[in-house]
Amino acid sequence: MTFRRRATWLSLTLALLLIVLSACGKGGNIAGSSGNKSAKEAADTEKTTLTLLIDNQTAIDGIQAVADEIKRELNIETKIELRPGGTEGDNVVKTRLATSDMADLMFYNSGSLFKALNPQEYFVDLTNEPFMDHVLDSFKDTVSVDGKVYGIPGGSTVGGAWLYNKKIYSELGLSVPKTWDELLANNDKIKEAGYTPVIGSFSDSWTSQLVVLADYYNVHSLAPNFAEDYTYNKAKYATTPEALRSFEKLQSLRDKKHFNDDATATKLEDALAMLAEGKAAHYPILTLVLTNINANYPEMMDDIGAFAQPSDTADVNGLTIWMPGGIYANKEGSKIDAAKKWMEFFVSPEGVKAYLTAMKPEGPMPIKGVELPDDTYSAVKEMLPYFESGKTAPALEFYSPIKGPSLEQITVEVATGISSAAEGAAKYDSDVEKQALQLGLEGW
Amino acid sequence: MKSTKSLYSYGFLLPAGIIFFIFFLLPTIVSFFFSMTRWTLTDWEFIGLDNFIMFFKESSLNIGFRNTFIYAVMTSGTKVVLGLLLAVLLTSGIRSKDFLRSVVFFPTLISTIAVGITFSYLMHPSRGLINTALAALGIQGPNWLGDPALAIYSVGLVDIWKGVGFATVIYIAGMMSIPADYYEAVDIDGGNAFRKFWHITLPLIRPAMNSVIILSFIGGLRTFDLVWTMTKGGPGFSSDLIASIIYKQYQGGFYGLSTAGNVILFVIVAVLAFPLYRFLTKREVDL
Amino acid sequence: MRKSGKIIAELFAILLTVILFIIPFYFILINSFKNSREASKMNLQWPNVFQILDNYREVIQAQDYMLIRAFFNSAFITVVSIVILVFVCAMAGFILQRRKSKPLTIVHFLFLAGLMIPPAVVPTIWVLNGIGMFKTMAGLILIEVAINIPFAIILYSGFVATIPREIDEAALVDGAGSLNFFFRMILPLLKPVTSTIIVLTSVNVFNDFVNPLYFLPGAENATAQLTLYNFMSLYNTSYNLLFADVVLLTIPPLLLFLIFNKRIVAGMTAGAVKG
Repeated sequence: MTFRRRATWLSLTLALLLIVLSACGKGGNIAGSSGNKSAKEAADTEKTTLTLLIDNQTAIDGIQAVADEIKRELNIETKIELRPGGTEGDNVVKTRLATSDMADLMFYNSGSLFKALNPQEYFVDLTNEPFMDHVLDSFKDTVSVDGKVYGIPGGSTVGGAWLYNKKIYSELGLSVPKTWDELLANNDKIKEAGYTPVIGSFSDSWTSQLVVLADYYNVHSLAPNFAEDYTYNKAKYATTPEALRSFEKLQSLRDKKHFNDDATATKLEDALAMLAEGKAAHYPILTLVLTNINANYPEMMDDIGAFAQPSDTADVNGLTIWMPGGIYANKEGSKIDAAKKWMEFFVSPEGVKAYLTAMKPEGPMPIKGVELPDDTYSAVKEMLPYFESGKTAPALEFYSPIKGPSLEQITVEVATGISSAAEGAAKYDSDVEKQALQLGLEGW
Repeated sequence: MKSTKSLYSYGFLLPAGIIFFIFFLLPTIVSFFFSMTRWTLTDWEFIGLDNFIMFFKESSLNIGFRNTFIYAVMTSGTKVVLGLLLAVLLTSGIRSKDFLRSVVFFPTLISTIAVGITFSYLMHPSRGLINTALAALGIQGPNWLGDPALAIYSVGLVDIWKGVGFATVIYIAGMMSIPADYYEAVDIDGGNAFRKFWHITLPLIRPAMNSVIILSFIGGLRTFDLVWTMTKGGPGFSSDLIASIIYKQYQGGFYGLSTAGNVILFVIVAVLAFPLYRFLTKREVDL
Repeated sequence: MRKSGKIIAELFAILLTVILFIIPFYFILINSFKNSREASKMNLQWPNVFQILDNYREVIQAQDYMLIRAFFNSAFITVVSIVILVFVCAMAGFILQRRKSKPLTIVHFLFLAGLMIPPAVVPTIWVLNGIGMFKTMAGLILIEVAINIPFAIILYSGFVATIPREIDEAALVDGAGSLNFFFRMILPLLKPVTSTIIVLTSVNVFNDFVNPLYFLPGAENATAQLTLYNFMSLYNTSYNLLFADVVLLTIPPLLLFLIFNKRIVAGMTAGAVKG
């Protein structure tokens, strides 16, 4: 606040100087006109435009709705710049940061990917902003470095879950599996009945990671120190049985031929169609795809449920969750005040309402005091018990800053039989090394 | 009397030289240094040969070498042969040659990304046009881009489809510059079309052929945009080329590592392409 | 006998060409006329519903008329870089062919090496950033020029070899200065190869997709090729719009080709082939 006041004072002095220096001319006129009103009023009525950089793979309806509301209420226009997603997009972000070319606001992953960007150098510290009180602490942890918070949640949480077709389940009299063996047994029955048990959509290779990533709740429960040991090079996927198990589960699906035949040519959008149309029973994926299923198959949403990836015992059964991407303000932007107002509105009750009106949540929101509407997707409702009983864990990438860039290729190899689980895990361990070295972590 | 040398001012070299130096040579030169650093664009740390060691350890690099070699040989070899056949056909007396020339050259005009996208749909194993057509003939088409053993060849086929027109044009240009009386001499001797091709065309278009070989072989070694739009190097790492690995390291933010890959590719090109060029041009002189 | 054999061979050649080359274009075109449901079947069938105007309008209007801006950007980058390329390479190619000396052989060799050396991307960004040209049109234009210099110089110096030196000697007698001589006498003679270079390199530059992504990021500066991503989101590919965009993107190179078609071969005859 003091900074803002000082800046206002400074700009007024400058404006005065301009009047004195130039009796006539454009400079004098502008300064004169703003001199008539109080500076604050001028800032309120003057239209500001903020740029928001976002990847082209996130459904932006919710953000757009809040942005429209912000334009109406605060006269701040939001100009959305799209960038590619995935590692290609990460690179655009990194390059633009490194060259002081970032938009005013940036939508980007929370967790380790964000922490790897050196946030303290590039983003506005929001720790002491009053509006941050609305945000859940579990989310703040994922956008904080050295105790300073840099982002607000840009959406709802997302589960790494097994989406399943409930019609097939009831037709075959199956129940939600609590152990991995039960899941495989279900798959066998589904296959016998002529349906695809598990959809692999390896043409969009990132989707192949889910069996490994969504297993993290189980890894975390059985080997609680894994994330830390792994970060400091004391534990490896290949040599930690609980972690290696994640790769073995993927391999077992391939060994039992539970994936669709043309999985390597199947794209995410094909996979969603297969699930919604009842040609396939399971799809291990991030629940954020529910929005996209809803766009094409709104009438099928009640047929799609979700369960957590089972472990080997029924006692350990919980959901691996992803925090939403954060929205961060560029420290070198020229409109930081407007950006903060934008963020304040975004997490306010009005903002959240606008968001939820435009976009059904794909999981609970990490903002306090928000209740999910009644017409929430059935799959999201099935995820709620995990949240209510505290059986959730953020994915590994929120605990550890290292995520090897080639995991998606390696999991495709395991899922298609090019590599075994053990080979895949070992490859991933060496892939991770690059990231650790680039980050300069201890122990590597 | 003044020599004509006064008309050949060295200053004429400057504009091209300066642009080429700053925007091409300089980055190439500094790449040798940055390949030995851990680099974030703003900051670097000298780490010796670690990047190279890591690059050779990278699980997908062996396949990257192999694929790059396969891809370059396959695409350039086919373009050299097929382009020549097409050029012979299109300079023969057939009436539709103007039309066919345009058609064959047309893919050269379409962007790689558009071609890659289109063909990745045409090559879909169940819904793609290619396999639907094969199925109509009773043939079960392969999973062109999804079969790890096949993906790189499928992309290579598309590369040939897109690039053969360019090779053909170079050949046609070469054939047009062969004086007609050479052929008349064979006619007088009573030689047939094959003799003309073998004794006149083939030797005299050697320079054109060398251009095709060099351009398409080097192009094949350094390209990756078609692979990138069609398979992203997958499934797994099965269609990765050295250039796509470089690109992936760049995407990962491993700038030093990526630059080391660049240096490796530079060395490979130098080891393979320069001797090839010397060999070809030497034979040209001997003829 | 010989004649009918020839006709059969010709028919066969035409048939093969049609299958291999025309069907993919027909596929692109016909699907750009369909509605999204029909187009997603990815077949060659005649559309039940023609949606030509709607599709193309939607492609042009998408993302706040991004296509128009992108086309303008691409056209600007292409035209300016080709103009620069033609002038600097014609001059350099001329000198490299006419003069022979040890240092020049090295210069020639460096240019030639540019044809082979894979461009070092990250260091190029570093250089551009250092001189304040990263993410500027000027930066991208000069990159495109630099990348295309080797090929253009080879074509030019090859073609210059076919221009008799007697012309130079005559000019010397007339007392022409070197600049005057080059621009009045030589440059006009280089027209055939210039046409070739214009067609081939402007197609390269216009179709370039990798370099703008590296050196000119940001929605403001989108180039034409990047508009394809508007219709290929991860969850929903609008095939009809995607293919309509492909058609639109192919029009500029096609026009250029139709204009210069006959001259491409002529320019190459002397250039690439004897280089």
